[in-house]
Amino acid sequence: MTDTLEPQTFRVTRADLIRYAGASGDFNVIHWSDRLAGKVGLPGVIAHGMYTMALVGRAVTTWAGAPDAVVEFSVRFSRPVPVPDTDEGTQIEVSAVVKEVTDDGLTRLSLTATCQGEKVLSLATATIRKR
Amino acid sequence: MPLDPSFAGRSWPPTEPYLVGREKIREFARAIGAVDAEYHDPAAARALGYPDVVAPPTFPTVVTMAASRQIISDPTLGMDYSRVVHGEQKFRYTRPVVAGDALVCVNTVEEITQRGGHDFLTARTDVTTEAGEPVVTAWSKLVQRGEHTA
Repeated sequence: MTDTLEPQTFRVTRADLIRYAGASGDFNVIHWSDRLAGKVGLPGVIAHGMYTMALVGRAVTTWAGAPDAVVEFSVRFSRPVPVPDTDEGTQIEVSAVVKEVTDDGLTRLSLTATCQGEKVLSLATATIRKR
Repeated sequence: MPLDPSFAGRSWPPTEPYLVGREKIREFARAIGAVDAEYHDPAAARALGYPDVVAPPTFPTVVTMAASRQIISDPTLGMDYSRVVHGEQKFRYTRPVVAGDALVCVNTVEEITQRGGHDFLTARTDVTTEAGEPVVTAWSKLVQRGEHTA
């Protein structure tokens, strides 16, 4: 494993948020109504933080090469991800550097997720066990 | 109104078991665009040593978010959920969630703090099987924004 992992890009549209709301059970209005998101001071609909974390999780399991490799996974949501009502939506780019490989076979990754060039997570880390 | 700080350290009785369905895992995996065979195909999951399809790493939020209503809907805590945003999330896994699991959650409020007019609540949810076998522990930090800020 190299020190810097190949970045992965995920497109996020309103349809993705609707689908995630249904699958996760998180129907908070700020994830589907511009009107109600605006009332609480947001620029418009934003992605579920847990949707962003799920996409980062996809990147992590892809790097690990196993869907069950994650031992620990932690993020701080530092900035909202606005998702415009357009065909293109927005994009989240996920990158990682290897911080440590322990003697017992664990790999610690420091993760970065950006949207429109701005970091949307801080203190994001994952520990994976490679098969 | 600030959150009642006496909730720190409090635990709740175990939740009713959440029965994890194969189709729920598939639905969640589709919703996040995860196409790995082990999330969809029981045979692929069995090849990895699991009895049925495996859930993606953030799937436990489906179970723990529902369970955390125990905390946030307690009127004596004083939480106004319309002002709450998700601050941090952490999972520590013993093993992945697998279809067929009956999962029990025990919620504990680890910490309640106040800073800059905002309230912060860290909840830990220990997720086990009905037999008490550990599966995953989740920590959620919720931020209740101050009433006089946008």
